Amino acid sequence: MRSRTIPMREVHVWELPVRLYHWINALCVTVLCITGFIIGRPIAISSGTEAYFQYWFGTVRFIHFVSAFLFFFNFVFRTYWGFAGNEFSRWYNFIPLKKCQWKEIMDVIKVDILQVKHKQIDSIGHNSLASFIYFITFVIFLLQCLTGFGMYSAMSSSFLPKMFAWIVPFLGGDMSVRQLHHILMWGFILFAIVHVYLVFYHDYIERRGITSSMIGGWKFIEEDVVERHNNETEDCPKTTK
Amino acid sequence: MENKQPSFYEEAKSDGISRKDFLKFCASMAVLLGIENSGVGQIVKALETKPRLPVIWFHFQECTCCSESFIRASHPIVANIVLDKISLDYQETLMAASGAAAEDAYKAVMAKYPGEYIVMVEGSIPTENEAYCCIGGRSAKQILEEAAKNAKAVVAWGNCASAGCVQAASPNPTGAQPVHKVISGKPIINVQGCPPIADVMAGIVVHLLTFDRIPQLDALNRPKAFYSRRVHDTCYRRANFDAGLFVESFDDEGAKRGYCLYKMGCKGPVTYNSCGIIKWNDGISYPIQSGHPCIGCSEAGFWDNGPFYQHLPGIEGFGIETTADKIGLGLGVATAAGIAAHAIVTNVRKHKEITNAPETATTIDNSKES
Repeated sequence: MRSRTIPMREVHVWELPVRLYHWINALCVTVLCITGFIIGRPIAISSGTEAYFQYWFGTVRFIHFVSAFLFFFNFVFRTYWGFAGNEFSRWYNFIPLKKCQWKEIMDVIKVDILQVKHKQIDSIGHNSLASFIYFITFVIFLLQCLTGFGMYSAMSSSFLPKMFAWIVPFLGGDMSVRQLHHILMWGFILFAIVHVYLVFYHDYIERRGITSSMIGGWKFIEEDVVERHNNETEDCPKTTK
Repeated sequence: MENKQPSFYEEAKSDGISRKDFLKFCASMAVLLGIENSGVGQIVKALETKPRLPVIWFHFQECTCCSESFIRASHPIVANIVLDKISLDYQETLMAASGAAAEDAYKAVMAKYPGEYIVMVEGSIPTENEAYCCIGGRSAKQILEEAAKNAKAVVAWGNCASAGCVQAASPNPTGAQPVHKVISGKPIINVQGCPPIADVMAGIVVHLLTFDRIPQLDALNRPKAFYSRRVHDTCYRRANFDAGLFVESFDDEGAKRGYCLYKMGCKGPVTYNSCGIIKWNDGISYPIQSGHPCIGCSEAGFWDNGPFYQHLPGIEGFGIETTADKIGLGLGVATAAGIAAHAIVTNVRKHKEITNAPETATTIDNSKES
């Protein structure tokens, strides 16, 4: 039996609201991509019948719209939590405005992507590259909400979709809005593929329990990393302690 | 002679149109415009009393299909409006005058009714080189700018004048621009379509005349009465869409049964127009009713958002047949390949490092950097 004792500390990284956000988001994105793809490219599952007898395409669209509302409010909540949550979920993690964040981005590229350098990335929450990628996905989320509700506004009189109606004339008409909405869907799919792979990768390489951290909220972090994080004053004051 | 312009009704009466037909026309216009019952009287009164609208109708880079559509309007009075009442001041295609006499006609209107006349435009305006469209030795841009300066409003007929249509399609060799890109500071009504529905055009004219102001417009300056709903939302085949019954090819059983044309490239879901309600040629039919998908002719850039028989546009620079889905799938495969390569490298390079990790005490040597 191979076993070892390594000085590790358990750190509560992801609070319950963050974890809930993550899984609701994952569910919504999955449902939205599947239903969205069907709406964009409907399959021929029935013919030779009359429209009176079925409503499956309408149901697919209904599921898409309901998920979209859930996705949107979930996203709004996460934005709020970026100002209310703990240090790992705060907004400043996601926008690389500090030099040290850019340094870590370069490090992560060398260490984890190109694998030309061997060292450990210290970040306890997301590393700076991951955070930045999440920031880009947030922008895509926003664009997807804008284009989606923009198209939806034509068939709704409720105030929320109406707030997005301006995007249609801004992009010159529904045609371009729908095209953009469809292209962005692929952004979600590509992100999901890479995201899931990288979770496996980090769990395998770093053995910090990153996969289960999104379920339980706790991560195993090396003692010296935690020490340094707690004593950190200069360089990258990510925390407000 | 020019002291009193005859009203629409007076002119119609002198043309032998009965009072009954006149009232029927007023009622049908009220219905088209979505005016309540009591508003019919307003239309009747306006057409009875108000002098005819001074109109200058320009043809720039276009095919005259808007005029063709207009003169085929279902009601005889509509044809009357265009042929005899509003447009004879200046309408290149239909006017009797030619040459200098024609030029004089519209200059006379501009001089006589400053701030009152309406400029109606068919066609786009070249800006790459203004010489691409010249009339009487002057460019379309010069003519339009001059005429619009003292106009009450500008009506942009059709997709050319509203969005550039085929002339503005990539690569747009003449630098064709719609009216709203060339002039500013004037109310512009974009009456979209290639061509617009005749009854819609007549409705706009009646509205201008009755209420002395431009109709309510949407964000793209299209009259809300006619362009606030998608062809899709008023389509009689809509039930088949919701039921997931689609035509898969033009000669299949679904096509015979009148299933939804969505998969044949129908642009109904992204097109705002009244085709499904007012229809064409005296309300006989419209493209979808005749078994052909909507091509989205009342939307900006519908030529570039082709092909017509593919409902999501192709992506420029990747060939005609390339869609977002093909590119997305390609990127997906590339990503998967990249992940596979990365996973292999990870195992080759790091497997040893992980299995040989120290069994006690400090972890992998990492404290020097960062």
